[in-house]
Amino acid sequence: MKRAHVYLALRYLGLLSILAISIGPFLWQFMTSIKGPNEDVFVPDFIPDDPTFSNYAAVADVVPVWSFALNSLGVASVNVITNCLGAAMAGYALARLKFKGRRFAAVIFASSILVPFEAILISLFLVMRGLNLTNTLTGVVLPGSIAALNVLLLRNAFLALPAEVEEAAVIDGANAWQRFSRLGLPSVKGTLVVVALFSFMFSWDDFLWPLVVLSDQEKYTLTIGLAYLQGTFVQNQRLVAAGTIIAVLPLILLFLLLQKHFFRGVGEGAIKG
Amino acid sequence: MTHKPYTPWLFLLPGLVVSLGFVIFPFLNMIVLSFTDASALGGGQFTGVDNFVRMAQDPKFWVAARNSLLYMVCVVPPLVLLPLLIAMLAQKIVPGIGIFRTAFFTPVIASAVVVGLIWTWLLDSRGLVNSVVEALGGARIPFLTDSTLLLVSSMIVTIWRGLGYYMVIYLSALANVPKDLLEAAMVDGAGPVRRFWSVTVPSLRPTMVLIAALSAVNGFRVFSEIYLLSGGSGGPGGASTTLVMLIQSVGRGLTGEVGYASALSLVLFVILLGLLLITLKLNRREDQL
Repeated sequence: MKRAHVYLALRYLGLLSILAISIGPFLWQFMTSIKGPNEDVFVPDFIPDDPTFSNYAAVADVVPVWSFALNSLGVASVNVITNCLGAAMAGYALARLKFKGRRFAAVIFASSILVPFEAILISLFLVMRGLNLTNTLTGVVLPGSIAALNVLLLRNAFLALPAEVEEAAVIDGANAWQRFSRLGLPSVKGTLVVVALFSFMFSWDDFLWPLVVLSDQEKYTLTIGLAYLQGTFVQNQRLVAAGTIIAVLPLILLFLLLQKHFFRGVGEGAIKG
Repeated sequence: MTHKPYTPWLFLLPGLVVSLGFVIFPFLNMIVLSFTDASALGGGQFTGVDNFVRMAQDPKFWVAARNSLLYMVCVVPPLVLLPLLIAMLAQKIVPGIGIFRTAFFTPVIASAVVVGLIWTWLLDSRGLVNSVVEALGGARIPFLTDSTLLLVSSMIVTIWRGLGYYMVIYLSALANVPKDLLEAAMVDGAGPVRRFWSVTVPSLRPTMVLIAALSAVNGFRVFSEIYLLSGGSGGPGGASTTLVMLIQSVGRGLTGEVGYASALSLVLFVILLGLLLITLKLNRREDQL
């Protein structure tokens, strides 16, 4: 009995130290962001003497951080819609419709997963230039708008549905689109939530592609806006800290609300190997 | 017939357009361009293997390739081991465990940029870590200004950010470790350490191979962390540049050398594909055992 208590205490000690390592850096950044102009940010004082949110207003004076955030929000929202709808449509066709060329289509998606984004970065930029889409938010969205991984995830979800329901619908004269939108989509809701969350997160967090495709400051998304802020105004850490908190807070809130689905998404995403 | 012959293709059209137009075509084009001297302005003549000869003689390439390789080799062991230990800690349902698991996962959802900026501040020459080092009587450590330490710092950030992600994968694998085997080992008098090595680790081996592969591929592709910690410069004299950073800086902008950048991309792809094949082979041997 005594020994069990010691084990439990040790377990909590371990858990608490990992907790400090995981969220300590975020807290430190937050504390820096609310330190007033008269406080020395280099002194390792955890609690600010005179907490203020003025840095959040001040960061918007040096870079248009709210319009960066709006750009990010727009790109991420469109990315969610195109991924959910486009991947569900393709996944449905692969899983539930019989036709010549199905294997060919599946191979296209499977091989797309194997191509690392970094390897086609430059060549993709040329494609965007050919389409006259460099330096546009459309150009930021397009390459990831229907990720092949999501197509395969949804294909698997549709495959798991029993065939009987749909057979009944066929007899009732429902066409493919009606079966997809009325029977198919509602029954893969769980996977759709995962796809939506991860599409939002990847898009909101993406750095390399917007960095390459965008050049005007007014088109910047939050991630490259922040890198720019750091490069230009590194002398005021309070502002950079406020900017990072603005960038990370929406995702933390989303995560706290929907954490079950995030954990599920890791399990499913890991299959991509 | 339950549908018209063209119906499936209408369903597939948007997805196929994206995959073919923005993945497969650029990929094939990258291979073609890697044998030309194409520039950002277009055009380009077929130059055979000139780009690859140039690469072999380019010290920047060797620095970048070495750094990427080093990065991969150094982040894989901690990323296979540490998340497993954390998962074992977080596996048992004790009061408040949900809060702990949530907190451990938080670094995963933050972008590489946010994480990079947070750590740039922590590891600054006058940042929190150095304040602690100084308070303990040590000298300030040039985490971000020394090219080797910059790589090490970046690896630490990568590892820190991966802990929660791989922990979640381990947690679901741990749930599948056969309970009767653990109990049998306990009956046989095996202590916790013995049970860990003799029962838990062997049944987790496929998961460990998966995580090793994922972290190796991601380690070799590293870009954002090192870019942000070095303020975009790739360290003093570019000595901490990685392969992806090199591709980005060679191929980008109006002066971009698209042909050479494509050749570098092809090398990156071949190495990553090699890693994938090794993993598949390891997994197959796993199945035979």
